[in-house]
Amino acid sequence: MGQRVGIVGVGQTHHRSRRKDVNGIELINEAVQRALEETGLTRDDIDAVVIGNMDHFEGINYVDMWSVEGAGAIMKPIMKVTTGGTTGSSVAISAYHHVASGLFDVVLAIGWEKNSESDTTGGIITCSDPIWDRDYYAGAIPSLAVEASAYMKAYGVTEKDAARVSVRDRKNALRNPFAHLRREVTVEEVLSSPMLSYPIKLLDICPRTDGAAAVVFASESVAPKLTRQPAWVNATSVSHSYTYFGDIDYTSISSLEIASKDAYQQAGITDPFRQIDVIELYQPYSFAGLKWIEALGLCEPGEAPQLVWDGVTDLEGELPINPSGGVLSTNCIGATALLRVGEAALQIMGKAGERQVDAKVAVATGFGGCYWSDVMILGKEPR
Amino acid sequence: MERVAIIGVGQTKYERQKTEDSFADLVYEATTKAMADAEITIEEIDNVVTISNDFWDGRTISSMAVMDAAGAANKNASTVEGDGTFGALYGLMRILSGSYRTTLVVAHSKSSMGSLPIITNSMFDPIYYRSVGLDGISSAGLQARRYMDKYLVTEEDCALVSIKNHHNAKANPYAQLATELTVEDVMSSRALAEPIKLWDASPISDGAAAIILACENRAKKSAKKPAWVKGVGYCADAYYLGDRDLAEMDALSTAAKKAYSMAGITEPFKEIDVVELYDAFSYQELMWMEGLGFCDRGKAAKLVQEGVTQRQGSLAVNPSGGVLSAHPVLTAGLARLAETALQLRGEAEERQVEGAKTALAHGMNGSCGQGHCVWVLSQ
Amino acid sequence: MVQQAESYKVLSGRIKLPYQWTVGATGSKFFTELRDHKKIWGTKCPECKKVFVPPRKTCGTCFVDMGEWVELRPTGRLETFTVVHYHEPALHGMEPPFVYGIIKLDGADTGIAHYIGEVKDLESVKSGSRVEAVFREQREGSILDIKYFRLIG
Repeated sequence: MGQRVGIVGVGQTHHRSRRKDVNGIELINEAVQRALEETGLTRDDIDAVVIGNMDHFEGINYVDMWSVEGAGAIMKPIMKVTTGGTTGSSVAISAYHHVASGLFDVVLAIGWEKNSESDTTGGIITCSDPIWDRDYYAGAIPSLAVEASAYMKAYGVTEKDAARVSVRDRKNALRNPFAHLRREVTVEEVLSSPMLSYPIKLLDICPRTDGAAAVVFASESVAPKLTRQPAWVNATSVSHSYTYFGDIDYTSISSLEIASKDAYQQAGITDPFRQIDVIELYQPYSFAGLKWIEALGLCEPGEAPQLVWDGVTDLEGELPINPSGGVLSTNCIGATALLRVGEAALQIMGKAGERQVDAKVAVATGFGGCYWSDVMILGKEPR
Repeated sequence: MERVAIIGVGQTKYERQKTEDSFADLVYEATTKAMADAEITIEEIDNVVTISNDFWDGRTISSMAVMDAAGAANKNASTVEGDGTFGALYGLMRILSGSYRTTLVVAHSKSSMGSLPIITNSMFDPIYYRSVGLDGISSAGLQARRYMDKYLVTEEDCALVSIKNHHNAKANPYAQLATELTVEDVMSSRALAEPIKLWDASPISDGAAAIILACENRAKKSAKKPAWVKGVGYCADAYYLGDRDLAEMDALSTAAKKAYSMAGITEPFKEIDVVELYDAFSYQELMWMEGLGFCDRGKAAKLVQEGVTQRQGSLAVNPSGGVLSAHPVLTAGLARLAETALQLRGEAEERQVEGAKTALAHGMNGSCGQGHCVWVLSQ
Repeated sequence: MVQQAESYKVLSGRIKLPYQWTVGATGSKFFTELRDHKKIWGTKCPECKKVFVPPRKTCGTCFVDMGEWVELRPTGRLETFTVVHYHEPALHGMEPPFVYGIIKLDGADTGIAHYIGEVKDLESVKSGSRVEAVFREQREGSILDIKYFRLIG
């Protein structure tokens, strides 16, 4: 039952704070045209489209219907998948199921966001329950700050430890021509950047970006014809928890623990640290680059700072994390999790340019909403 | 296509305003009803697809409000933002892919809470259309006029649809607007956007619906007779209203053709026994019947006049009362699937269509039926 | 201690988010021409030759960029219309009953949705009627620089 699926091409825009030259549909079209160019496909070759973004950031209802002209979806099957910050990975997982189901051979996954068009924090605040949470919920940054504080208290992790994560990702972005922020930062610069919500400072947190990504998923019979080395989807898993912010256990991110365990099992990974070659981690802020790799089982709780200081997760290290520069360098929310999948795929496909590492197994994660996590594992071989 | 069936359905009563229920309450009610219907435990439900919309719910990441109520805690779950038929389609794919054996699909709607004109106006592109002030009803007026001009369909023809469906609703315990109407009642009802009058339009409704899909192995062990999925198709036309001839339905015929081809149906009118289609307005039932290939263009009105689409007719259309009788947005398409499943089981009680062996469920997305989703199911 | 709620509370609220939609280069040119010259321009697809009004950067069907601009006359044909009888102050720029229409300008292959104004007798509005654009005195570069279309001929 079901067919195996590989990613055969990735297209993305050059991400910016504000793309004044194109509207949303045109932005989407840019990424789509690039994906088609990459794979040598035309619009006619696409069997179906899945698209996602977060509605309130652009204020457009029924984005799937609105986007058809730019998405290449006129007179084609299209649906919208949206799950908050995990939207991009939910879209990727949906595209996987579209093809794996046998209903389609070539499916285009599109994630996009034009965060410049509205008040991002204002939009995010509406994710909170209007009766119980909305009056005090102040957006993504303060809630992540609560997690960071709990983590620091539990394990003695410091702001300096987190800053080292920012340094790594911002340095990696220099090798990614598509990244939004392409300027290195030092630990000192991170520590002295403006405090937003203790302990999160400006250089600890992701930017807001206008950008789009389009990833082509193909069935096992078609994929090898479209690219020399498809990035085969070996596992997908989603876990989410909590509707109310007061319910969260800030000392652990259980959804990522559960989703990664499930994905490892599907992909036959028993020793994540040894068996994974590269990770594109949905890391909206620096502290997550420590706490969440513990959740991924790469090391024991509290040990992540040492791993990071030792350079293990740097581009030249044993287990590179965020060779693309990650979310700290580019954050077009509806696309962000899809970019994790796309960038991980580029690594497997051998098409990651100057940010290429030696990769047979890649992990991409998504994060969002009320501590939801998605995990996708890609490999050189289909399972 | 592998065999997958609907093994459980649940619906809440559709009402103008359900003040005592939150989104989560509605989803929990529909979910538990579907589980009881399927005689399945929450542990056995492998994965969940919720259907919600950030505008209608007044919250970003609207799925957050209902995931727990849908029993999705610690399960793989996702959310489709669109009509229920599309969400159910994703739920189907997740089984066909071999990843899951069962999928719960649940949709909810509390249209009573927001401003319909403003929410539907936000479907329109902010650059060229939105400030002109179009909304769901005025845009439908443009389409109705165009269809009726081009195919010589009259307001009285449309009134017959409204009369039939509101009458049918009397046999449906979930329906909101069940009543007997005359042509005069419809024709003299308050004009909204001509030629659409109050009784030509669907109501504002709150409610939820859920279905449980299962792979063949599991469906065979089902407590109830499975409603097998034989064919599916979906398609979207161009977006801008002025880019297409609103009287034409290329997207619907394309979607239908795909579904019929998978189901091995060559003569839809003969081979299909019962249809639940998305009649947000009375003219739409006539249009979609033509787009689904049940008759030639402009000829649906005749079928209605002749009583062919009555519950006892040879092609029963909307024996549930359709969307004209209850329009919980997003949920309405899933309700169409729930109703067809009940018909195929022979459990549709007073609204049962005799001898229903093959059924069609239809849902739509976007303004003026830009996107359509067609399902063919059978015993 | 309250044993049971006697009635169900309802909390009211609004979502107010400010938006700044990027129009894009194609749309910007269109609006600039409307504002500065009271002219309506469309873009033409090099492959299917369709003229799109309002203009688009890319032909969605042929999936190619459209670099050719075509100036259109402000007159056209009413493809369809509807007479609106309800009033939604947040949306409607006219008091009911008023008319919306889809207008296919002479030379265009797609229609524009807009108001039909100066309607003295609602019965006189028919599909197929000839119409012309009426511009506002003060224009700011938006689709509402066209005040409405009116029946002619």
